[in-house]
Amino acid sequence: MTALMEFKEVDVHYGPIQALKKVSLEIKEGEIVTMIGANGAGKSTLLMSIFGQPRISAGQIIYRGEDISNKSAHYVASNGLAQSPEGRRIFPGMTVEENLLMGTIPIGMDHADEDMRKMFDLFSRLEERRNQRASTMSGGEQQMLAIARALMSRPKLLLLDEPSLGLAPIIVKQIFEILKDVASSGMTIFLVEQNANHALKLADRGYVMVNGEIRMTGTGDELLVNPEVREAYLGGH
Amino acid sequence: MSQAATGIDIKKSAIDSVLAGLIALVVFGPIVGLVLDGFAFNAEPKRLFAIVAVVMVGRFLASWFFQSTKGRDFLYKHTSKDEGVHVLAPGHKSKLKWIIPLTILIAFAVPFIASKYVLTVVILGLIYVLLGLGLNIVVGLAGLLDLGFVGFYAIGAYGLALGYEHLGLGFWSMLPIAAIVAAIFGAILGFPVLRMHGDYLAIVTLGFGEIIRLVLTNWTDLTHGPNGMNAPLPTFFGLEFKRRASEGHVPFHEFFGLSYSSAYKYIFIYLVLLLVVLGVLYVKKRLTQMPIGRAWEALREDEIACRSLGLNHVLVKLSAFMIGASTGGLAGVFFATYQGFVNPSSFTFFESALILAIVVLGGMGSTLGVVIAAFVLTVAPELLREFADYRVLAFGILMVLMMIWKPRGLVRMTRIGVSAREGNVK
Repeated sequence: MTALMEFKEVDVHYGPIQALKKVSLEIKEGEIVTMIGANGAGKSTLLMSIFGQPRISAGQIIYRGEDISNKSAHYVASNGLAQSPEGRRIFPGMTVEENLLMGTIPIGMDHADEDMRKMFDLFSRLEERRNQRASTMSGGEQQMLAIARALMSRPKLLLLDEPSLGLAPIIVKQIFEILKDVASSGMTIFLVEQNANHALKLADRGYVMVNGEIRMTGTGDELLVNPEVREAYLGGH
Repeated sequence: MSQAATGIDIKKSAIDSVLAGLIALVVFGPIVGLVLDGFAFNAEPKRLFAIVAVVMVGRFLASWFFQSTKGRDFLYKHTSKDEGVHVLAPGHKSKLKWIIPLTILIAFAVPFIASKYVLTVVILGLIYVLLGLGLNIVVGLAGLLDLGFVGFYAIGAYGLALGYEHLGLGFWSMLPIAAIVAAIFGAILGFPVLRMHGDYLAIVTLGFGEIIRLVLTNWTDLTHGPNGMNAPLPTFFGLEFKRRASEGHVPFHEFFGLSYSSAYKYIFIYLVLLLVVLGVLYVKKRLTQMPIGRAWEALREDEIACRSLGLNHVLVKLSAFMIGASTGGLAGVFFATYQGFVNPSSFTFFESALILAIVVLGGMGSTLGVVIAAFVLTVAPELLREFADYRVLAFGILMVLMMIWKPRGLVRMTRIGVSAREGNVK
């Protein structure tokens, strides 16, 4: 398997503050890779730097053999990378269907019917609410919508930024069940999470980020039983 | 006990009524109940009690109504703080469809029944409808707060006057050219402000409007500065609307064997303007249903999400600025031809504020609301000419009250939801 995306010694600075320090990682095709870390570790910065927000100050981001570190956000997003942003960022004044249609921007409306059908099969709650404004839905439903919207562009790589943020444990469980379904269809997923337990159970491989550096890496199962990870992220039991 | 079943509490209504009566007594007592006669006061209790009685009965009925099911629905509809757009189901058909052809019919009949004065007021109203529609795209749909919209209005108006004086172009050639020039200026304004939002954007656009006005005032070689410039009247297939036509031209009234009347030109301007407004309304309606319209709304709702979805925010913002600006330019051309004269003092910040007020009062993004608000804010001051001194005061009070009770504007933005292919997704 070849690497679909590769970070090579990436540095990111916010003014004088260095947010990422020589981060290297790779995501292979068909893999589920997770990045766990505490608040402020630089997880979201890493994800957003793929879109040039912020621009990296050193290193390279290679996506399908091309260095995308200087490309504009919409160029990157329309080349098979879809993101479910942190805090969901759905369009509150639009209906569920309209939100999903917004996801088809990079590929056009040709497959809209078919893909929307698929999304409604995957997220049955969304079908019930298809003509409802997104702002009237619960947090979990909004998160489902954000993931479905990202999937509407038929991405090669799905980027998820904290899908469990602010959701009840039972809803988090549901969402990870669905992600498992998505993954089993062969989708490559890069998941950035604080909820290490769920994320590592789902992932093939994981990275642990501390203060802008990759501290540890290994398979999901390895990290789950790693005493250091357990201490820091899994409440030590 | 039938009232109890519907949940109406007579006692509560009675208390409301008595309280309202007491307040009315206090408020109206000194004003209506006492009449100054020389140095003495005459008590006039009859008038006072009549007013208090009316207030009490009114409050009682209102209280009764708001406790009924219908009233509660009414209250909920008008006081709920539910934000944002109202989206109807994709297949929605309005029951009031017949109103649109009827309105258009009445609109076309107006010049033939109304007096010349009324006609000029309505023309002004329509010009502000155009301005409101233009700004509505920028502010209402794309969510970019623009306080310099009057700049594009000035560009349109001066476009006609300058084109006439320096290039010898008439109304019909300048109408599209002015719209295009305004759109180009829209893009020029749009580029530097791509990264700005909210307050910052407002300040920059405010500056833009002022720059346009100051250039027009100070570039005296080109624009004659504060002296203003003449603008041509439209022609009807080459026929002019003047009493005596310029050389080689025939006046409209001679050609048709009519006696001269200055009303003809207003009727003609009105009809052309009406067609343009209808055209803009149609185009706007189509645009909001197209991907670009949805992109504008998406940009208003969440720019970061837009960019993460691969939307080119540069194109989206520029298109909103340009289409809005070209509509403003069109309005400017009509304003110039209607006045026959342009001068920089017509394009002050107050105009920008007025146009913004039209959009905000009408309801951001709501076409119907903007049309109504444009007429209210331009026709009402004409009707209130006798209170000329208090017009701006009344305007301010109206704005404050509207923002307190109807922050979403007169008519909330409503649109019919979009679906992938109607009916296909079951």
